[in-house]
Order: sequence, then structure tokens, then C-alpha cells
Amino acid sequence: MEQTQKTVMLVDDDRDYLNLMQMQLEAAGYKVATAESEAEGEELLRSLRPDVAVVDLMMENMDGGFVLCHRIKKLDPKIPVIMVTAVSSETGIEFDAASDKNHTWFKADALLTKPARFEQLKREIERLLREYSS
Amino acid sequence: MIHLTILVVDDELGMRMAVCRALERFVVALPDVDGPVTFTIRQAGSGEEALEALAATPADILLLDHKLPGISGLDVLAQVAEKNLDCLVVMITAYASLETAITATKRGAFDFLAKPFTPAELKAAVSKSAKHLILQRHARQLAEEKRQVRFQTISVVAHELKAPLGAIEGYLYLLRDRPAGNEWSAYEKAIERSLIRLQGMRKLITDLLDLTRIESGRKKREIQEVDVIDVAQAAIDGVTPDAKQRNIAIALHAPDKLTMTADRGEIEIVFNNLLTNAVKYNRPDGKVDVTLAADDGRINIQVADTGIGMTPEECAKLFNDFVRIKNKKTKDVLGSGLGLSILKKIAQLYGGDVTVASQADVGSTFTVVLDRAAAAPAQTASVSA
Repeated sequence: MEQTQKTVMLVDDDRDYLNLMQMQLEAAGYKVATAESEAEGEELLRSLRPDVAVVDLMMENMDGGFVLCHRIKKLDPKIPVIMVTAVSSETGIEFDAASDKNHTWFKADALLTKPARFEQLKREIERLLREYSS
Repeated sequence: MIHLTILVVDDELGMRMAVCRALERFVVALPDVDGPVTFTIRQAGSGEEALEALAATPADILLLDHKLPGISGLDVLAQVAEKNLDCLVVMITAYASLETAITATKRGAFDFLAKPFTPAELKAAVSKSAKHLILQRHARQLAEEKRQVRFQTISVVAHELKAPLGAIEGYLYLLRDRPAGNEWSAYEKAIERSLIRLQGMRKLITDLLDLTRIESGRKKREIQEVDVIDVAQAAIDGVTPDAKQRNIAIALHAPDKLTMTADRGEIEIVFNNLLTNAVKYNRPDGKVDVTLAADDGRINIQVADTGIGMTPEECAKLFNDFVRIKNKKTKDVLGSGLGLSILKKIAQLYGGDVTVASQADVGSTFTVVLDRAAAAPAQTASVSA
């Protein structure tokens, strides 16, 4: 377990997904702050410096997640960002965070495909927290 | 106008010429088909030549002699079937034996013409084939369109049901695994949200059934004199508990008496949809004005709210199937995205329409115009969704 309680910022327009992840993250010992839109996410960032952010790619505005991702990295490049998306299953567009071509504009540290299981998300959060703290 | 190509396959030149002459200016008029059906006649002197001609340019009807010098008519028929060519074959035979007939039918011949035949018999056979072919193609096209629409609808419905199912499933796993301990209160939100998502699914299914019934025209409509004020009042009563909770006042402005010839259930759906929306999308302490009026054989139903309103772009797509206006203001409002599309279809059944005037953050006014007598018995036959 973490020595100090880490804060996870969850941004997703699917309230049930937020609830489910929040409950499980809290049970796993994290502090969780949630936002249901890109705008709410930005609002949240004024008062909060999360240790890690989990952002849905497609919200109200199709690319809301990308924009928010940029804002977070601009605010503090040391905040790891996990992008969650159903874009592949919904549009058939495939992309890969690791490819060089995408990495120049893709600001997230990891990409998870929805429906992402909690264990998967938790593993990514733990990995990135370790990576960023070393 | 429809144009069909006939390929005459016979080794006797005289026979081919006779067929060409008979069909030269032949025109068929078919019921259910716009314009006359005309023909172009092509010829082939052998089975091999016929197959070659078909490979180069397809024909619609094949007048095929049974006895040919090289491969037989039955062989040609077998090839046509094997290659799945979209053409009807009429076998011409001087040896009209039962055996030939059975073999030809098995291989897919549509009709027979026994030699010698008169021009009238030839024309009758060609008419019959043309009719069959055109209707068959038309049916195929309709079936394809129907398949497409069905596929689209199923995809959207599946998608709309998958989301709440996923959420409920997630909550149930949570309740089973209890990561937050055994205290029930920790899971109240999970239970509450599951119930809300289930309600949404139920509403989607009910609306879908309404929509299907209206669109298919299968539902037996009970056309009668309907007291519109009574239906409006019942719909108002239905939403009053929700309205009271948020202190929304509903007022009905109507003449003393207002009736129309209609299926009461359909008019109820109209009012229920309008009023549910007017309350759902209203602000606390807001109001709803329901105004009923009649003129020139039409009924005007106007429902004005003081709610969140919409932008012109949002208004433009509002009446389509499965459209929900998604924004910060509507995120807490549940809906199937079918209510207004159902409403529009009903309005059209009554020779009317529904329109909306709206201003963001000020409110929306929906106006439904219905023809009071559109559903009267004399006209029911012509009413279809």
C-alpha cells in the first residue's frame, strides 16, 4: 500500500463508470475526485493536484479527453494520465499510444480500451505512480 | 418505363425471325408498374452462342429451344442456374414430353411454350414472364431495404441496451464482491443507480413497442369521439407528482368542449410525451402552460415550458429516432430518445405535424396540430404510418 494516500482524478461522462471505479478505488485506499465533463475536469484542476488522472477520450465534445489531457500535462507534466476510450469498439478507429507517430500529439501515458476492468485500471495506476516517483 | 432484353435461342433462323417479328413492337402494361414495359430482342443460333452472349451482356428473359445442335437447351438451362443469372427461362419445345418438362422445371425453367405456337401465345408467355420478373425484382429490392432498416434499428437498440446492462452488471459484481466491506449503506448508490438504469431500459422497451405498433400499422385502432380536454387533464394529473416535487405549476387553457375523431390511446401518448418532457426539462419553480384550441377542423395543442430550452442545432435533430440532447443540463434526465419521434409519427397519422420553438435557458414551446377528422372511418383506409 501507498505510504500517503494518493489522489486519483476520474473524468468520464458515464456516471455509472465513474461510480464503479470510484467505489473500487476508494476501497483500494485511494482518494478519488470525479468530474463528468471536460469543463468540470478543468474546474477541478483549479483546486486539486491529482497524483494520477484517468480521462475518457470521447465526452460531450468528441475530443474533450484529448484537450483535457493537454491541459493536465501543461499544468504539470509530472501528473501521469491514463486515457480510457471506447473509440475502437464504437468507431473502428485503431490507435496505439506507443507508436511514435501517435506519441507526438498523444499526451497520455497509457491507453485503456473500454470496458476496462477495474483490475486493469488499478494495475496501470500503480505502474505509473511507481514510474513517476522513481 | 421498364426495358427488358429477350434472348431467343433457336437453331432455325425462320423461327427466330418469327419471334422477333411478333415481339418487335410488343409493349406490356402491368398493374403496379409505372409506365409500359418494352423489349429488345437478341438472337442466338446455338446453346454455346447463347451462353457466350449471356456472359457478354445479360438478358432478362431467355426463350430457349430444347433441341439444339450442340449442347441442349436443358444444358443451357443448367448453366443459367449454376451461374445464378438473374434471368427467367421459357423453354420452347416440339417434344412436350412430361419427362422434359420435369427436368426443365427442376433446373429452374419458368414456363413452357409448345411448338408450334401462335404470336398471341408467345406474347402471353412473354407478358407472364415479364410480370413475374419485375415483381420478383421489386420484392427483392424491398426485402433488401427492409433488411437494412432492420439491421440499423437492431444495432441502435442493442447499443442503447448494452450501456445500462453494463452498468447494472458492474454494480452487481460490486455487491457480490463487496470491496467496501459488508456495510449495506456503502452500496446504496449502486442499488439506486441500478434501479434508475433498469427504469431507463423499461422505458426504452415500452417506447419501442409503441413505435413498432404505430409504424407497422398492425395495432387495431379504436377510432371514436375523443374528449381532448379529458385526455389533457389525465396527462397533467399523471405528471403532477413529479411537478410538485420541483414546485412546477401546470396550467390548462382550453375551451369548454373540444373533441376529435381519434384513437384515444394515440392522443394519450401525444399528451403524455409533451407533458413529461415539459416537466422533466423544466427548472425548479418553473411553469408549464397547456393551451388547446380548435380552428378549421384542426386542433392546436401547445405546451410551453420554462425549462432549459435548446439551441437551433439541437431543435433540428430533435424528432429523429434515438436522439437525445446530451449536455450538462440534461445529464440527470432519463429518456429513451424515442418519445418525440413517436409523437411526430402520431401527428402525421392525423394529417398534422409537430413543431418546436425554443430558446436556450428560457424554455421550449411544442405545437402539435392534428386534423380533427383525419381518422374518421371513411378515411381510415388511406391512413398508414
